[in-house]
Amino acid sequence: MKNVKVYGTSTCAFCVKLKQFLKDNNVEFEDIDVSQNQERVREMVEKTGQMGVPVIDVEGEIIVGFDRARIMKALEL
Amino acid sequence: MNIKSRTVVDNKMEKVYDLIIVGAGPAGITAAIYAARKKMDCLVLTVDVGGQTAWSGDIENYTGYQFVSGRELTAKFEEHIKKYNVKVKENEAVKELRKEGGKIFVKTEKNTYLSRSLIIASGKKSKELSVPGEKEYKNKGLTYCATCDGPLFEGKEVVVVGGGNSALDAALQLIRIAKKVYVMNISDKLAGDAVMRDKLESADNVTVINNAEVIEILGRKMVEGLRYRIGDEEKELPAGGVFVEIGLVPNSEFTRGIDKNKQGEILVNSITETNVPGIFAAGDVTDVIEKQIIIAAGEGAKAALKAFRYLLETEEDI
Repeated sequence: MKNVKVYGTSTCAFCVKLKQFLKDNNVEFEDIDVSQNQERVREMVEKTGQMGVPVIDVEGEIIVGFDRARIMKALEL
Repeated sequence: MNIKSRTVVDNKMEKVYDLIIVGAGPAGITAAIYAARKKMDCLVLTVDVGGQTAWSGDIENYTGYQFVSGRELTAKFEEHIKKYNVKVKENEAVKELRKEGGKIFVKTEKNTYLSRSLIIASGKKSKELSVPGEKEYKNKGLTYCATCDGPLFEGKEVVVVGGGNSALDAALQLIRIAKKVYVMNISDKLAGDAVMRDKLESADNVTVINNAEVIEILGRKMVEGLRYRIGDEEKELPAGGVFVEIGLVPNSEFTRGIDKNKQGEILVNSITETNVPGIFAAGDVTDVIEKQIIIAAGEGAKAALKAFRYLLETEEDI
């Protein structure tokens, strides 16, 4: 079971899509809403050096944006 | 409809679709639904599903939905197309297309596809400022999507660059989130709908700076502000976020040989025909007079129905 974190906002369409995609594939993940949570924004910025969402952290492998192919590879799906 | 669905190309049997649709925003998806219902063998090639709709904020003028978010409406579109047996290939941008021997060759970064007809519904993308620092700070505090990224700037002072509806829309979203919102506009007054202008003017954390031209984006690891010219003076404005909302440009770079206007929009007639028989276009990528989700959807439907008629008319020729 891989440790997966998703940084996103509730208004971003791709964040919602990514989370749905993970649910559809039975992948458990920590759903981190960075909306109005500057601590979590800082955490995300430190990991990625940038502020775009969604960000998925698959056991330290960081992928910015809903890059389906890369994410599937990282999750070994 | 797919009697002649294979053809010989370079001594290999290649599949020929009835219709390829480039783009999966409201125009592309609606076209795909209509094509599927006409039992056309259809392929959709797109970078993303939803297009500009996905990053729109609040939509109050899509008939039937008095109020819906861009995200929700996009989800509805996606749900609708999933009902039909249409292949939608995402993350696949079209790079080139050409018509040869009655067939249309559509080249992406991954593959080349063949089709008897084509609908270009690739929409528009954000216009860039083209100033130093813009590329460096993209996603490091500079963004083109207030809907997506606004919430990350809570409590900060931010600048929205632009003066039309997109800029007003962004500013209105940000006044609820940011500590302070500057609207930096190159013209002498804000354009955009009166309803939005009024809402903005009545907010207490907004300052509009007119006649101002952004000349550089500043920062260290992340954005820290921008430099702008106002009259003869150059000034700096500190800001924790820069939202670029200066307009849109059509995604039409891959459409060589298809007539466009000065802005790069594909020229179409009222039945979505371009100058190339068999190639149709719909939505914001065209010169359709108004750019609205509901208009794009309507144009997409027209294009699919026109493509269907075109195929019936040309069936004997292939």
